[in-house]
Amino acid sequence: MTDDNTSRGTATAPARLRRRIAGLSDRTLAFVFIVPTILLLLAINIFPLIWTIRLSLTNYRANRANEAIEWVGLRNYERILTDPDIWNSMQATAHFLIWTLVLQVLIGFSLAYLINKKFRGNDLWTTIIVLPMMLSPAVVGNFWTFLYQPQIGLFNYVVAFVSGVDPASFSMIGDVRLAPWSIVIVDTWMWTPFVMLICLAGLRSIPDYIYEAAEVDRASRWRQFWTITIPMVLPFLMLAVLFRGIENFKMFDLVVQLTGGGPGSVTELTSINLKREAFEKWRTGYSSAYAIILFVTVFGLASIYVKALNKVKER
Amino acid sequence: MNHSVTEPSRLQKWVAGILVVGYALVTIMPLAWIIATGFKSPGDAIAYPPKLIYEPTLEGYVNLFTTRSRATPETLAQLGPPQTWYDAIVRQYDMVISGPSRYGERFLNSVIIGFGSTFLSIFLGTLAAYAFSRFRVPLKDDLMFFILSTRMMPPIAVAIPIFLMYRQLGLSDTHLGMILLYTAVNLSLSVWLLKGFIDEIPVEYEEAALIDGYTRFQAFSKVVLPQATTGIASTAIFCLIFAWNEYAFAVLLTSGTAQTAPPFIPTIIGVGKDWPAVAAGATLFLVPVMVFTILLRKHLLRGITFGAVRK
Repeated sequence: MTDDNTSRGTATAPARLRRRIAGLSDRTLAFVFIVPTILLLLAINIFPLIWTIRLSLTNYRANRANEAIEWVGLRNYERILTDPDIWNSMQATAHFLIWTLVLQVLIGFSLAYLINKKFRGNDLWTTIIVLPMMLSPAVVGNFWTFLYQPQIGLFNYVVAFVSGVDPASFSMIGDVRLAPWSIVIVDTWMWTPFVMLICLAGLRSIPDYIYEAAEVDRASRWRQFWTITIPMVLPFLMLAVLFRGIENFKMFDLVVQLTGGGPGSVTELTSINLKREAFEKWRTGYSSAYAIILFVTVFGLASIYVKALNKVKER
Repeated sequence: MNHSVTEPSRLQKWVAGILVVGYALVTIMPLAWIIATGFKSPGDAIAYPPKLIYEPTLEGYVNLFTTRSRATPETLAQLGPPQTWYDAIVRQYDMVISGPSRYGERFLNSVIIGFGSTFLSIFLGTLAAYAFSRFRVPLKDDLMFFILSTRMMPPIAVAIPIFLMYRQLGLSDTHLGMILLYTAVNLSLSVWLLKGFIDEIPVEYEEAALIDGYTRFQAFSKVVLPQATTGIASTAIFCLIFAWNEYAFAVLLTSGTAQTAPPFIPTIIGVGKDWPAVAAGATLFLVPVMVFTILLRKHLLRGITFGAVRK
């Protein structure tokens, strides 16, 4: 078991080092293996988070680094929570979240249910359905602006073809009423497969004998669906909703490229709003407080939700 | 029992098949349209009604990779006949190629940062995952949760201090800075996924190796690592896909030297609404991920849920 380094006759230092590594005890080895990961996460996640908290208590502006930093206490938080613009963003985000989750759960579950019927070639079609979610949201968002063009876009053409409306008469991303739906549609197109995959895993985890027992008890198909299928898939479905919820709460890239928050600010979700405050208006302290509020919101909602999820799992 | 109650009937299979295929065709349409537009001429791309049948051209790709300038008829006449096929395409519009575009550079940045951060997150992730899987680590559950929770933060929330920190350290707009950042973001995924894969390798193999006189480190590198290759490979592809697609950090923290393709592709449209060039740029960028998706079919679910759901 001599190693390649020594056989090549290089200096003895690596060999000695190697022997020292080889002789490490389990405890030291565990330490050596884990510490780099923890250090990197501390440096690039936790340290910035603490820094954000600190900045959130000041009026610091990153583009005016020479100005004296003033402590303002919780005033930033107070201003954010009373700012109607920010509440509008929160509302836009909530609408976006609710609609995408409802659509994705309904379509995703239905697809999984159908795919679970094991028709021929379902593997191929599943792979095709899954493709959009693997793509870059920013690039996808950018390209959908082309599909949404009033006169030349494929989307308008298809809608016009089906409904008979003039394709030049409506602009998905230019119209204040339609713009929020334009992002709901693209997000649903991209992420329904995610919910579908998880539901499929749930459906496949139900053992056949439960249905066989139900059949012996002469339970109707409808009843089997509501008393076996749905409860057994529910924990999986809830997990999918959790993942999608967190991701869509942070949603940035897709929307920035698709609508850029407009027209006006009807699609200005919180993360876009935050980016504007932090990197366009350069209100660093203020936007740090905003970031903390968002983070606490996601974390809080997610924790409450995970508790509910665990209860469902226990049943 | 002559038939299983859980086996769907023929009719059910047919109905399910038709509905799913219908959905798949609708879903693939925008994607097919991107790819098709890349091979259209600018005129065909904006034709109404949308053109399904057209003469394919590589104009979009030529425009994507070059910058061009208009030339007067006299200069064109002086230049003589076009030397290459791409010259010929450009000449049709009284243009000459004046140099390469920045797409190649951006694409290369995506490759460097993508592979760099993937390598690093797999390297660190494998070590940590092995330790979490095999050793008694104090506060193991808390540490694992801590690692997972780093993924919950909105990128914009940490972008502000990272922006300031990188400015201090001279890491802003550098490959190294972006590699470290993406590594940190990917570590949660790689530790969680790899731990799942390593958990599945029976401990007995290592015990046998230890009895044969291997040290723990040798058992890890010569017994466990080879067994975990598939898991490592699929984890690597997921890390790569993430780094490849990331946009928020790229757009906030890079401006020139280290900028990847996702923030760049939308800017191609800037002058002249050249949709075929945008489509060509998007296609070239998306194709690797499409190929990986097809290769990854089996591990897909695990990869996108951090192994939280097993098939």
